[in-house]
Amino acid sequence: MNYLSILYLFLFLPLTVIIYHIVKKKYKWRVLLLASYIFFFLISGNLLIYLLFTTLSIHHFGMWLEKIDGECGKVLNETVEDKKEIKEQFKRKKRKVLFLGILIQVGILFVYKYMPFFTVNINSIFNLLNIPYQFKIIKLLAPIGVSFYTLEALSYMIDVYNKKINADDNLGRLALYLAFFPQIMEGPIARYSETAESLYEGHKITFKNICFGSQRILWGILKKFIIADRLNVVVKAIFATGSNYDGGLVLLGAISYTLMLYMEFSGTIDVVIGSAEIFDVHLPENFRQPFFAKNISEFWMRWHITLGAWFKDYIFYPVSLSKKMKKFTIKARKILGNYFGPIMVGSVALFAVWSLNGLWHGAGWNYIFFGMYHFVLIVLGSFLEPGVRKLCHKLHINRDNLLYRFMQFSKLFILVVIGELFFRANTLKEGFRLFGNIINNFTLNSFFNNEFLKLGLDRADYVIIIITLIIIFVIGLLKEKGVNIRESIASKNIVIRWVIYFSLIMFIIIFGAYGPGYAPVDPIYANF
Amino acid sequence: MEKLIEILEGLNPEVDYRSVTNLVDGRYLDSLTILSLVAEIEDEFEVEIPTVEIIPSNFNSAESIYALITKLQEEE
Repeated sequence: MNYLSILYLFLFLPLTVIIYHIVKKKYKWRVLLLASYIFFFLISGNLLIYLLFTTLSIHHFGMWLEKIDGECGKVLNETVEDKKEIKEQFKRKKRKVLFLGILIQVGILFVYKYMPFFTVNINSIFNLLNIPYQFKIIKLLAPIGVSFYTLEALSYMIDVYNKKINADDNLGRLALYLAFFPQIMEGPIARYSETAESLYEGHKITFKNICFGSQRILWGILKKFIIADRLNVVVKAIFATGSNYDGGLVLLGAISYTLMLYMEFSGTIDVVIGSAEIFDVHLPENFRQPFFAKNISEFWMRWHITLGAWFKDYIFYPVSLSKKMKKFTIKARKILGNYFGPIMVGSVALFAVWSLNGLWHGAGWNYIFFGMYHFVLIVLGSFLEPGVRKLCHKLHINRDNLLYRFMQFSKLFILVVIGELFFRANTLKEGFRLFGNIINNFTLNSFFNNEFLKLGLDRADYVIIIITLIIIFVIGLLKEKGVNIRESIASKNIVIRWVIYFSLIMFIIIFGAYGPGYAPVDPIYANF
Repeated sequence: MEKLIEILEGLNPEVDYRSVTNLVDGRYLDSLTILSLVAEIEDEFEVEIPTVEIIPSNFNSAESIYALITKLQEEE
């Protein structure tokens, strides 16, 4: 079962909504928790035990950290000695406890996700050094969503450690925060302070929530069924191992994959957020019109927002603002100045962020390359920015004018497409081969002699894709201008409202890419 | 406050810091620029900004940044 399956949309979700609605307020959170564990069991079977273990583990560590704080407060009240030293002693103790808590969670993730990758690479190094020993490669089936709920579990413990939140003694509330079924497979990665209370409270289901939630779900279905599932046909053909297409077609494949990934992931997130909205739970947004970004750094503030925010809050700032790094910053500022000095230091933290970001997506060299590619682009962008600004000023170029914005968009789109080509490639070597094809064997002949129509989609398919993309672009543009489309639809009279909903449903039914000849995309991010 | 505006303008002169209230949410300040900003503030105002204080609500406007500086100065 996934969020865009008939089973979820027409049975699991409505049934949960009905039961949630009819039970008393105090039982509502129990319904959500039970539904979440049933959902997880249906997608991961007995591996549910790992989710339960993680829940119990972070509950224990949260309480442990808070207990140390309590002890610290008590000792400070009873003593007149050096309070700073006492605080430092308890801080060290807390740090050790947090480290152990993190080690357990990261350890589970490592064993399930990364052990085969690292074993293969260590064995290769042994081979290279003529060491006659090979580790046995053990492949374990990872619970779906492990990468998502592990980050939530870590953020909970770190936030308790930093006293941003209090440890939760209510195991049920904490369990629901971690397991809430709409977000367990693909995020968004929420913080405890964002959703736990709201999930536990047990809100009333209102007509408005059902309407708004269903609207959002419908929008997600449109993105997935009309665009993503259609483009998947082209993507599968171009990226198939051993395929040999000219550069023009490989570029078409890379662009198709970029759009497919965006439509599949953001569409699924629409369904996820819409599902939660029905229960009056507001999950954080994961996308904000990423292709309207001015540069690659901004792109990552608009694409998979909650993952970027997680890395920023729990890796980037703690590393770059640690005591050692601050000393390094002072030295770098003296040598490189106030702008470039901190950027130099930030680059070290950024290197850690993007290495981990690449690895988070998967255990493979192509993912590590994907991370490093973005690291280089972001650092380069920051170093070049003052120069570009000066140059534009000298040449009297208005950076807000339409032509400049179009050039910015084109540059961004090309850079993103190249990154996604390596991301999708089956191996790093394959990624370079495909990229080489674009550079060395680029031709548009396949579009003039209709070769591109042999990839599985006909002209009508491309027209439908382009029209839908234009609709999505216009909606995105309106959002950028600050128009709240959902509120403005809601404010229309009932006839207009239903004409819009009905048109959307008919559009999906008529133009949805299902049936023979199409290949529905599997939930891409659920495998990360 | 004037000194803070000067620092911000040094980092990105294309923003009207007296009126903009979404410096982080509106993506005028990215993570690397915030690092430069933190370094400059710590240097100029002799405060130490802890990591937990680096949240959008503290950096969304010149006013909120200044409030954070004042709070940290009072705590020290």
